[in-house]
Amino acid sequence: MASVVSPGATAEGPRLGVRRTRASVRARRLLRAAFLYAAMVVALVVVLAPFAWLLISSVAAPVDLLERPLRWIPAHVGFDRFSALTVGASPDDTSLGFRAALVNSSLVATTVTVVSMIVGTLAAYAFARLRFPGRGWLILAFMATYMLPPIALVVPLYQIMSTLGLRDTPLALMIIYSSFVTPFVIWIMRGYIDSISPELDDAARVDGCSRLGALWRVIVPVAAPGLLSTALLAFLLAWDEFLYALIMTQTNASKTLPIAITDFIGRHGVDFGLLATGGVIAAIPPVLIAFVFQRYIVAGLTAGSVKG
Amino acid sequence: MRNGHHLVGRLAALAVVAILAAACTGSGSSSPTPGGTIELHALFMKQAAYSDTDVQNMTKAFTDAHPNIKIVPDFVAYESLHDKTVTDQVGGQGSYDLVLIDTPWPAEFAKAGIVQDITDKIPADFKSGIFDSAWTAATYNGRIYGVPWINDTKFFYYNKQMLTAAGITSAPKTWDDVLAAARAVKAKGLVQYPLVWSWKQVEAVICDWTELAGAMGGADFIDANGNAKFNTGGGLAALKFMKQTLDEGLSNPASLGFIEDDVNATMSAGQAAMALNWTYGYSVMNDTSKSKVAGQIMVVPAPGQGTTTSAGVNGGMSIAVTKSSKHPDEALQYALALASEQSQEMDTANAFPMWKASFDKADVTKANPDFFAAAKVQFDHLVARPIVPYYSKLSSALQVAIQNALAGKMSPEDALNGVASKLPDLQK
Amino acid sequence: MSSMATALRPRRWRRPWPESWVAAAFIAPATVVVLLVVLVPLVRAAWMSLFDISLVRPGDEPFVGLGNYLDQLTSPDFWAATGRAFFFTIVSTALELALGLGLALLMDQPLRLRWLLRSLIILPWALPTVVNALMWRWIDNAEYGALNALLTQLGLIHQYQVWLSNTDLAMWMVILADVWKMTPLVAILLLAALQSVDRELIEAAQVDGASSLQAFARILLPLITPVILVVLVLRTMEAFKVFDIIWIMTGGGPANSTQTIAIYAYQTAYQGFDFGRGAALGYLIALIIMALAAVYLRLLGRTGR
Repeated sequence: MASVVSPGATAEGPRLGVRRTRASVRARRLLRAAFLYAAMVVALVVVLAPFAWLLISSVAAPVDLLERPLRWIPAHVGFDRFSALTVGASPDDTSLGFRAALVNSSLVATTVTVVSMIVGTLAAYAFARLRFPGRGWLILAFMATYMLPPIALVVPLYQIMSTLGLRDTPLALMIIYSSFVTPFVIWIMRGYIDSISPELDDAARVDGCSRLGALWRVIVPVAAPGLLSTALLAFLLAWDEFLYALIMTQTNASKTLPIAITDFIGRHGVDFGLLATGGVIAAIPPVLIAFVFQRYIVAGLTAGSVKG
Repeated sequence: MRNGHHLVGRLAALAVVAILAAACTGSGSSSPTPGGTIELHALFMKQAAYSDTDVQNMTKAFTDAHPNIKIVPDFVAYESLHDKTVTDQVGGQGSYDLVLIDTPWPAEFAKAGIVQDITDKIPADFKSGIFDSAWTAATYNGRIYGVPWINDTKFFYYNKQMLTAAGITSAPKTWDDVLAAARAVKAKGLVQYPLVWSWKQVEAVICDWTELAGAMGGADFIDANGNAKFNTGGGLAALKFMKQTLDEGLSNPASLGFIEDDVNATMSAGQAAMALNWTYGYSVMNDTSKSKVAGQIMVVPAPGQGTTTSAGVNGGMSIAVTKSSKHPDEALQYALALASEQSQEMDTANAFPMWKASFDKADVTKANPDFFAAAKVQFDHLVARPIVPYYSKLSSALQVAIQNALAGKMSPEDALNGVASKLPDLQK
Repeated sequence: MSSMATALRPRRWRRPWPESWVAAAFIAPATVVVLLVVLVPLVRAAWMSLFDISLVRPGDEPFVGLGNYLDQLTSPDFWAATGRAFFFTIVSTALELALGLGLALLMDQPLRLRWLLRSLIILPWALPTVVNALMWRWIDNAEYGALNALLTQLGLIHQYQVWLSNTDLAMWMVILADVWKMTPLVAILLLAALQSVDRELIEAAQVDGASSLQAFARILLPLITPVILVVLVLRTMEAFKVFDIIWIMTGGGPANSTQTIAIYAYQTAYQGFDFGRGAALGYLIALIIMALAAVYLRLLGRTGR
């Protein structure tokens, strides 16, 4: 390269060095960018591919799914499974069960969210704003219940619900779910309320508001985004629950979606497409919520984890 | 500190009020039936034979004749049938009047006080007209606890085109024939694994193992004194056979995760040449909309071995009246109606009638005379899984032991001996 | 309507409730909803765990003292299941942390398409656990699964493999499914932590000649360590309780190779119908989790949080 030795070689030296360094820096930057973009593409593919396969399976004809080698793009595509499970006329037993489960899941998750948000926010306010003896222990007690494994409670809960005649009712699920969603609400809402200046509600109380009034007129409006985050997470928690539902539910009267879909396994070992369809429908509400309200969800999750 | 007590006391007082309020609104869930109508709740299984539609057809004939009785059926997967029944009936306050029970369960359910002894209420023509094997599936200690409803066993299915291509022209009659056929199919490279089974860690693996044991020296797994016999004789020979087919690459290793539906699917996809399956497998594997080899799948009685001509696992299920039923007589009437010759002959596509006479009626057998002939042979050679009160635990322990042996974690001897040594604990 | 009452009313209104009364009123509903639903069963479970209760043997429930606990603590099945739960917990948590940190750093880079990854990353986490388990069960299917098809078409394997029915692989496949779903959560939390770090600190370090790796190790990592620890605690305690994903993917098989402690407890209580033993097992699991929590709390305390 440097074949011409000129009198100015010594003077050129450093400049050449700089140029080389710049070139290598640019090369390294390019390499780094290439690596980062490659990593990002890989991450995107890994995140999306299973979803894609679930979607494809739900619309592919049964014989297409049994091909070997596998056809990634099905030859026959149809949405008949979706209509059969949801709106189609003359539903069979499976569809009836699935529709009942859709209603049950919506009912249970919504009720649990509302109840837990109300009682949880009240308690969170007390823990954040009021000073009273036994406060520390109570907080600990609530948190401990959240950590308890469900398997430790199912056996006696099952017996109690049977005795009360509540087994196989959505009410039993609402009661049980509220018991673990509420501590979660307290946990996160306490953090939000802590971050609001106490002067705000002090001011409200000077204006004649009661504590409840202060909570309603000051805290709730200010913490609205936090309330939304928490409510969405509470809904997802209730929507997702499996173990209690597995044990407490018996018939279409109370089965929730996770149970209704797993019922497909025994009954439709061959038509994986129907399983996929049930899965897609059950995933739509939480996935949509997470996607649309992403900022709130992330904020809620962060709030929940940052408060060590 | 004093304030702390106040707080706890106040909390408790408020809590009590709240509980009382909740308790007052929570009662009164029992619903009296209107106008003298009797409501019977029945727990069925979700399956091809008999399907929900079959049950509804059979039920309609009954309710037409008994307009004051209303039947409310529930259908659950086989995997949850046993557990749902026990948990529902605990403490004699169950919600079902009738429950479907599998062959090994009468002992456990009778002892637990879940089902009623109906020995003296069975009409004589039912006792003489229905296959003996079907009654076995409802009997414990000589007492009858259910009305037989489904008579089933695992038949031997094979892909005729594949066996022919491998140079095998007649159906295997012994399990040695099956081995030879499988080796021939494999050698020709017709399919990677000629055999496929339902060996998942559920009841299915016990059914296949029992059927093999029946052919290979007998499936009397527990003797009269409650001692283990499954770890010698037929039980051990069967497990060794199962392991051998895996070692030789003749059996699909995925069988360890398969239930019966997966076996159908594998055969239907043309990925296996031979398999055991229940009656309903025939129509599934020969259904052009689900199977790529429809029309190629033949069925024969399950193979024998040595002096045994054939052996099939008793897959019979019966309908039991629960002890908690408030209308046991009506419930029994309904069960008998479902078991009647007329009901049983309604759908023969997926299940054979239990009545011996049905097999000689040309208009019943005409749909598939060969299959009826095969069934008549095999129903005379059924072996039952042990009917003992601790069956659920025994079955779970055996499932794990068998899988351990198949996965090569233990020798077949060690695996089965391990369960035999745990037997006293299971019997507790 | 006496004049006494009208005279009293304003005074009563003027004086606010004592704070502890207010607190009691605010906390009471939550106490009813949570503590009652948990405490009553908890006490009952403790009582039941002292008896040999079997659903299929009604009326015959002898007192056995701590017998159920001793049975479990001396049972190889119990320890095997506990060991599997720890294996699942350690491997999945470690993978989720490592991959999550990598993803968080990636999403923190000024890349043109990072908004895409940032907005899609949350999807696996939002997928219901049951659906996730079913999806992976289907992908891992030995005969028709997408995994076998993909690996074969890429030439990585020459014949279809058995994944979930292989005693050596089943646990790994379950872990894979769990890692796919939960890594995004870890990544999101760590990304939030990274974003809260003052950028000038890193720029200053780089001006001082530190490479980006050094800047990460010396400045970034210590700053986000507290969040990493919290995530570690949360994930560990969740993972140890694992039930649904395993129950649906393998049911604890083959040959019990994926039977974690929660599966074992469920099978004891609801398939063996040993309610006494089941209750004792529930307590043992709760104890292990509380012990884990205590260890972590001390750990967190030591890092100054």
